[in-house]
Amino acid sequence: MRDIGKSFPGVRALDGVTLDLQAGEVHALVGENGAGKSTLMKILAGAQPADSGEIRIDGSAVTIDSPRKAEALGIGMIYQEFNLVPALTPVQNLVLGSEPMRGPFLDEDAARRRAERTFTELGVTMPLTSEVSRLPVAQQQMIEIAKVLSRSARIIVMDEPTAALTEREIDRLFAAIAALKARGAGIFYISHRMEELPRIADRVTVLRDGRAIETRSVKDFPPDDIVRAMVGRRLDSHFPDLPPVPQDARVMLDVRDLQRPPAVNGVSFSVRAGEIVGLAGLVGAGRTEIVRAIAGADVPNSGEIFIAGERVRERSPSDGIAAGIAFITEDRKGQGLVLGMSVRENVTLAHLAQFQNREMLIDRAREHSATQKYVDELRIRTPGTEQLVRNLSGGNQQKVVLAKWLLGDARVFLFDEPTRGIDVGAKAEIYNLMVRLTENGAAIVMVSSELPEVLGMSHRILVVRGGRIVREFDRAQATPDAVISAAAGAAA
Amino acid sequence: MNAAARSYWLRVGLALLLLAAVALAINAAAHGAFLRPENIVRVLRQITYNCIMGVGETFVIITAGIDLSIGSLISLCGVVMALFANATGLHGLALIVATLLVGLAVGAAAGFINAVPVVKLNLPPFITTLAMMQVALGLSYIASSGRPVALVSNDLQSIGYGSFIHLFGTGIPNPVLWMVAVLAVSSVLLTRTRFGRYVFALGGNEEAARLAGVKVGQVKTLVYVISGMCAAIVGFLYLALFSSGSPQTGTGNEMLNAIAAVVVGGTSLMGGRGSIIGTFFGALLIGLLDNAMNLLGINSYLQWVVLGAVILLAVVGDELRKRYLRRA
Repeated sequence: MRDIGKSFPGVRALDGVTLDLQAGEVHALVGENGAGKSTLMKILAGAQPADSGEIRIDGSAVTIDSPRKAEALGIGMIYQEFNLVPALTPVQNLVLGSEPMRGPFLDEDAARRRAERTFTELGVTMPLTSEVSRLPVAQQQMIEIAKVLSRSARIIVMDEPTAALTEREIDRLFAAIAALKARGAGIFYISHRMEELPRIADRVTVLRDGRAIETRSVKDFPPDDIVRAMVGRRLDSHFPDLPPVPQDARVMLDVRDLQRPPAVNGVSFSVRAGEIVGLAGLVGAGRTEIVRAIAGADVPNSGEIFIAGERVRERSPSDGIAAGIAFITEDRKGQGLVLGMSVRENVTLAHLAQFQNREMLIDRAREHSATQKYVDELRIRTPGTEQLVRNLSGGNQQKVVLAKWLLGDARVFLFDEPTRGIDVGAKAEIYNLMVRLTENGAAIVMVSSELPEVLGMSHRILVVRGGRIVREFDRAQATPDAVISAAAGAAA
Repeated sequence: MNAAARSYWLRVGLALLLLAAVALAINAAAHGAFLRPENIVRVLRQITYNCIMGVGETFVIITAGIDLSIGSLISLCGVVMALFANATGLHGLALIVATLLVGLAVGAAAGFINAVPVVKLNLPPFITTLAMMQVALGLSYIASSGRPVALVSNDLQSIGYGSFIHLFGTGIPNPVLWMVAVLAVSSVLLTRTRFGRYVFALGGNEEAARLAGVKVGQVKTLVYVISGMCAAIVGFLYLALFSSGSPQTGTGNEMLNAIAAVVVGGTSLMGGRGSIIGTFFGALLIGLLDNAMNLLGINSYLQWVVLGAVILLAVVGDELRKRYLRRA
């Protein structure tokens, strides 16, 4: 890829990027949100046209003007947001667009055989006949990978493939990647997780502000240097210091015997003002379901929730909001944002009543100034408050979600995977924000699949398994091994 | 001015420019009959009914729903209002107000019933409002015994006929004033209130809206109620115009034309995007086209073909414009 350039309304996304990829190599692309990684890969996959530059494969220039063309050239893309049809089975998704035929009819047997062969190659077991929408995220991702694999792609792009995976699933993914390498495929690997680069990558390229800053072999590119190249400045320690919870801090959130089978089976815990409680566990353990029930997103079958000593009865999220609960969801595009609305309209959505004037009309000027305040404070990179959220990068979208909930005066914050898919710099900002919230007396519950994050950002850690809290650790006692074995049910 | 507002005014400006150019061409072909004030006023009067129905439909379509029952509701509301007006002993303004309120109540109730299965069971509005279309039509035939119900009193006539206001040497028909009022109120409702914002949020991403505390059920119910009430207003205006309420009033292309006006006006059937002013321009464009083709003596069957082509063109043009903006 040479001199690739691309602009969006108000944003210069790529500014002459040149990259190369060898057969049998994993080339990692790292960079902050909005650095241009995803845009670059979308151009390679034919999902977006480039404004300038050229792409050569095996030395000859190619035009990639559609995803179909990209596929024909042997380019396979695994997007951060999956492109699966939820109502179809894994087999149907796998062969979608290249269904084996017997005359004018679909050849279901051949399709199933192809799927079985591919999944075996990847070393995963997959329920072939259930709808994809019923499968956990990790399995959906394996289908994506299998899809690319079954089309014998030679150039494979993986955008944040480990973001949704547990440690064990990541091992399996890396094994699959090794198999792909051995077959001579080249892989562009986008990631925010520094620690996995030495394990998986051969070379690393750092992108910043739409330019390729530096490319080095991973052996000569220590993590500190990578991070410095990404942000253009040296970051201090990854996690901020957590201020201790005062001895006399009152209980802000008290959950008693919460039940919502099959995912939540009798959960009790409490969080004090100024405290961060991390929920750790494997995918499917019921962590998300627990916070959803607390937020009123799902109505619990039984159990009691107290906020600052007062019982709240929630039939819907609006009851939770009224009680002072802010729920920052895991899936920002699906549940956190209205992509077709502006930054302003998204930020004020949950607290519009604040912006009504006496005539019951919305005061847009006040909306604007309130939004601008958060745009400045959270350093949201956007041309203005009227920009559509659709046009922002992932990390900036996540900040818009945060702004939405900071706007109210919530006392209990439920963060579900608050830093998924966002870069190191934005992560640090979100951690600092959480600390500030606790200093102001908020109680925080954080669900995270990143173990270092849970260990680094929680006063207490509750391990969830099978919809129950099976173990509690103080910050001081918690070690990665202890938490993982409790989560996996290995040891008591 | 920000980017969104610029793009909005660019669209309005382009629409006006296009209209003006086409209007001048047609005017020349029709030997000056097209742009005479009385002809313009005639067009405005003719589009009033379609436009008001379109306004109600706009709310529904922005939530990514659809209301197929509005044609039948015009009939039902008209018949019920006629029966009521004849049965009550009221006169003058009291009769007018009471009749309108009865009609609005019927329209609102039908809209509410449309919404219940959509909200409670998540059924597609296409089906529930299709069922209501049949039920309302049947009820209006039953209530009227299949014949138009003639009004005994003449008190409603001033609503459908005549003009209180005169401009440019010609009277502005009273129904047009109703249209202007409905446009003004609904536009403020949609763009300046919480409810209006929630309508867009709901159409853009229902789950995100729900998790942000939007009472999704209430908002959805209200859009169908508004749609039913707009149909009731149209039924009321027709009742006043014809001095009778007929079960056949809304059985033609009324509902489809209203949806056409909404779509031509740039409101997305996928939800989340649209405007009242757009619906007005959509209705106006369709009305002007109708009128121009009549003036030019174009065969009425051919007129349907042209109308269909214009609807398609408008939607295709809007999509191309969006793609152009996205690339720029």
